[in-house]
Amino acid sequence: MGILEVKGVGKRFGGLQALGNVNLSIHENTVHAIIGPNGAGKSTLLNCLVGKLMPDTGSVMFDGQSVLGRKPHEINQMGISRVFQTPEIFGDLTVMENMMIPCFAKRDGAFRMHAFESIAQERDLIAKAEKMLSDVGMLEKREMVASSMSRGDKRRLEIAMCLVQEPKLLLLDEPTAGMARADTNNTIELLKQIKAERDITIAIIEHDMHVVFSLADRITVLAQGTPLVEDTPDNIKGHPKVKEAYLGETQQV
Amino acid sequence: MFGLNKKDTTFLLIVIGLTLFTPILMQPFAEGSGLAQFNGGYPDLMQKVAIFGIFAVGFNILFGLTGYLSFGHAAFLGIGSYSAVWMFKLLTMNVIPGILLAMVVSGLFAAAIGYVSLRRSGIYFSILTLAFAQMCYKMAYSVLTPLTNGETGLQLALDDPRILDKAIEGSSLPVTNIFGLPMNSSYKLDVMNHVFTFSVGFYFCAVIAILAFYVAIRLFRSPFGMMLRAVKSNQHRMNYTGLDPKPYTLAAFVISGMYAGLAGGLLAAMDPLAGADRMLWTASGEVVIMTILGGAGTLMGPVLGAGVIKYLENIFSKINESVLHSWFHWLPDGIEDLVVWVFARFTGEGWHLTLGVTFMLVVTFLPGGLIEGLKRIRDRVKNGKKKRDKYDDPDPDHHPAPTKRVAGE
Ligand SMILES: Nc1ncnc2c1ncn2[C@@H]1O[C@H](COP(=O)(O)OP(=O)(O)O)[C@@H](O)[C@H]1O
Ligand SMILES: [Mg+2]
Repeated sequence: MGILEVKGVGKRFGGLQALGNVNLSIHENTVHAIIGPNGAGKSTLLNCLVGKLMPDTGSVMFDGQSVLGRKPHEINQMGISRVFQTPEIFGDLTVMENMMIPCFAKRDGAFRMHAFESIAQERDLIAKAEKMLSDVGMLEKREMVASSMSRGDKRRLEIAMCLVQEPKLLLLDEPTAGMARADTNNTIELLKQIKAERDITIAIIEHDMHVVFSLADRITVLAQGTPLVEDTPDNIKGHPKVKEAYLGETQQV
Repeated sequence: MFGLNKKDTTFLLIVIGLTLFTPILMQPFAEGSGLAQFNGGYPDLMQKVAIFGIFAVGFNILFGLTGYLSFGHAAFLGIGSYSAVWMFKLLTMNVIPGILLAMVVSGLFAAAIGYVSLRRSGIYFSILTLAFAQMCYKMAYSVLTPLTNGETGLQLALDDPRILDKAIEGSSLPVTNIFGLPMNSSYKLDVMNHVFTFSVGFYFCAVIAILAFYVAIRLFRSPFGMMLRAVKSNQHRMNYTGLDPKPYTLAAFVISGMYAGLAGGLLAAMDPLAGADRMLWTASGEVVIMTILGGAGTLMGPVLGAGVIKYLENIFSKINESVLHSWFHWLPDGIEDLVVWVFARFTGEGWHLTLGVTFMLVVTFLPGGLIEGLKRIRDRVKNGKKKRDKYDDPDPDHHPAPTKRVAGE
């Protein structure tokens, strides 16, 4: 049994069958990559996992509980954190505030009326946030307004915001898309480091084959809303069906 | 001190000082001098500044922090006034129970109106709040007349029960008081032709305004305040961080509704009369203008905005044509008439035009409000010697990013 079990999930947008009959099982403490051409339904699949979309058919079980019908914040509280295709951070707030918010969410739940407490008194949470920032190499940027940073730094911050919650499952949607080469390499290094240092399960959608093959333990290839194959990176590389459907036409491996 | 850091404590102490010395600070001109009409240190105006300052500070907790622009907050002001007057009629002329009831009732209304309105965001939220406020206004004139006394407004009467005060009542209408000290009593101090008026009413409002301001500082600096800013910044990220923006926003709405109710209760405490026109949409718009004029999202901005607007309203509206003629009598006749005509458009009845022009100039040149203007002046003074050009400004406050989606989905 995987920590995440997706069974028979289908999603239709009007006339478009975005997801067919998706079965997917992600095992604890592995990095599972989902690859596939543009429009294959990868983001749609993630949206079904975090409560952004309700699939038409099928079931999604996380840690033995169904996530379907739950609100996004409830699913996050179950232990799933998501990094988006375009970085979603609190742009008007400082880097440190961006880090404190997930810390409070993790400790206090979806809502708490802490109107007469002071942030400065939360020494434990501050220490936790600072530790995480220094792990991703952003401690010196703690007082910067988040929206003023480079895209690479925003992505880094978003990953740190997810990690500081110590999620059981981290979902990454094209974490290096639209990034400069240097930023991409930094992000790969960061993800490798996370994988090595933490007990965490990661599902990653990625176009950059270099990233995928250097990180993933298992790879699922999605095409037109249905999983084509699922295997180890080495086997995927040589798989004829995959070459035909995806790798051959877009990327040299 | 007070659970605030050093900077905020200093700031609060300055605000307390300024507030307590308002009767002197707002009375800079000698009695009988030509400028005496610009003196604002009389109780009626100072009370209004304190009360509308409270109103705007509360409004800013919703609008400035979460970005939700309510166009119906005057409803809570009116509800507060009605509740307080009822307390004066039924229980006692001591203002404390009236003010407490005003906050409770307006808080309940805010919870109901906020619960429904917050199902939408952006312009739809604004329209919903406007609709609810207009509904309250209309109902005060129609089905609710037994409670509101319709167009006449809710007033005191000699045969009111006033359970707690009954024994001490005379034959004239009683006055509001605080534990026996009448609100309208005052002490005049004459120093070298400067007349300073220290009234119970103003100091009562001032103390409450300081408390309200203190609560706002604590709230701004709390984790709750940070969550409210997160609501404004990115609700999407909030949801996927395990936080539910709804109760946070609703709590902010109720708190700001209670501030409005408190202000309404104080208005009634100064003048025990409540009319529905206090809930009119123009009154809702006024608090929006106060907040934006002073600087939305800042602590001091709304108070400053309230002060400027109430000052303009009370002082500029008093300058009529005969006053203008006395100013410009030294000009040749034809020119005098022309100058007086031009100035008359902006004073007296025309004070709204002055407000409009001020508002336009501020919004265009100081997007952060008057507070931004003060900050710029302060920085100018601090590094006045240094050569400056437009790239020489490291403070991001001076280049506010254009407001992103206001409470968008
Ligand atoms: N909310 C939506 N409404 C309608 N169509 C959508 C929606 N989201 C995605 N789609 C469509 O579903 C298909 C899969 O999209 P997506 O999951 O974003 O692909 P990708 O694998 O590139 O992430 C695309 O054809 C896209 O246009
Ligand atoms: Mg996608």
